[in-house]
Amino acid sequence: MTQPLLETPLCRWHEAHGGRMVGFAGWRMPVQYASIVEEHLATRRAAGMFDVSHMGRLAVDGPAAIEWLEGLLTRRVAGIEPGRLRYTLITGELPDGGGTVILDDAIVSRDADAADGSPRLGLVVNASNRPRVVEWLSSRLPAAGVGLVDRTFETAMIAVQGPRAVEIVCGLCPRDDAARIAALGVYRATVVRVGGYEAAVSRSGYTGEDGLEIVVAGGVARSVWEAIHAAGAPLGLLACGLGARDTLRLEAGMPLYGHELREESDPFAIGLGLGVTLDGRSFPGSTRFAELRAHPRGRVRVGLEFGSKRSARENATVWQGDREIGVVTSGSLAPTLGRAVAMAMLDRAAAAENTLVDVLIRDGRQPARVVPLPFYRRS
Amino acid sequence: MAAAMRFAKSHEWARPEEDGLVTVGISAYAVEALTDLVFMQLPAVGRRVRAGESLGEIESVKAVSDIYAPVSGEVVAVNTTLPSNLETLGSDPYGAGWVVRLRPDDPAELGGLLDQAAYDSLVGSQPH
Repeated sequence: MTQPLLETPLCRWHEAHGGRMVGFAGWRMPVQYASIVEEHLATRRAAGMFDVSHMGRLAVDGPAAIEWLEGLLTRRVAGIEPGRLRYTLITGELPDGGGTVILDDAIVSRDADAADGSPRLGLVVNASNRPRVVEWLSSRLPAAGVGLVDRTFETAMIAVQGPRAVEIVCGLCPRDDAARIAALGVYRATVVRVGGYEAAVSRSGYTGEDGLEIVVAGGVARSVWEAIHAAGAPLGLLACGLGARDTLRLEAGMPLYGHELREESDPFAIGLGLGVTLDGRSFPGSTRFAELRAHPRGRVRVGLEFGSKRSARENATVWQGDREIGVVTSGSLAPTLGRAVAMAMLDRAAAAENTLVDVLIRDGRQPARVVPLPFYRRS
Repeated sequence: MAAAMRFAKSHEWARPEEDGLVTVGISAYAVEALTDLVFMQLPAVGRRVRAGESLGEIESVKAVSDIYAPVSGEVVAVNTTLPSNLETLGSDPYGAGWVVRLRPDDPAELGGLLDQAAYDSLVGSQPH
């Protein structure tokens, strides 16, 4: 059974502006407008704006909210001050003692406390994992003291990314708000007015550029989006689809759940050790993660660079002579570099920088070289 | 006067030439829909293909697509300048952007392809 696709409040705008709409994680989303490469380069040179309303936005509040999340997330929640964001994994238990798995990676944030002094937190999760994460978290809710609400459908989220992103958004804010946005450190958030509407703005993103992510009420999303688009277009901003979002995050060496990061992943082997704080903490999978950290094994995530523009796609196998030594998890032309790159999981013995390997692309072997991640780092 | 161009549902065009060969290319619609072309692989001259069989592939940033033979025959010429000048596919899809020339096994096979009006109606009903 095919379910009808969900639509963000910006869906009509995408359609009216040449967005090529595709189904993605149950949502009808633009994969591109005119060109993935142009959208990608605009984001690197000036700014790109992305409708990321399909991502799950969950609100967690109540007097026991911090203590509850502390037992569920791989990062410490107790230490997060209001106005801060933290990258985390969400782990869960399979039914009937089936072990623990990584359900998602997410951003946990802490907003200003409620009027009664109790904390208010937020989780931004991947669209594809939202139903499962909500189900898991709901199953763990205590009888009292924690509220969990899925706010995905009543809000919209707009990412504005690139060297001119902050300047463009600040131009749409009252002066004090603009100053607060300009002063925001990375992974910090504030509540301001953008284009006349209340907006939760954080300095964060998924492109390797400086930028902001803006959450507004769904009913005003189109007004805010259009205001940003109108202000940014003269400076080189383009609306960007999921295609450019993927090539940008690939160049920036960022893992994507379902590709680099999976249920059974070893977070340390894929370079996400910073997403796991053990220190004697207890959360689903903490024992397994402690074991993995103490005894590294298995394949590790690396970058591969090709001499040509021909891309290795996910699941292409990696070879050294007649030995299969790994598998590609994401691959594409890297528009900024002008050649194909890929992320792959490789045997540790073959993972050293500058190791030469072959990748099986359709009918033939393409030579590639192991390179450090990220492929692109902003100057 | 040259005979009319025909189209496969998979968006290749085929044009019978006066020398009996069939020139094959990719429709303007398909090139527009692919966008961001990065790579193209062509068959070797002398290869025999059957209608519907892959002649080669064209890769965009997002995906790899096969180029299918619209009719059966032997590849007698390949546009070798194309892979390093992929923009030609967009700027002149029915001229300099030709892909291969085939010696058709059965020229009547062209009659099974769509004419211009039928192809226009096919793509007119498809979103990009």
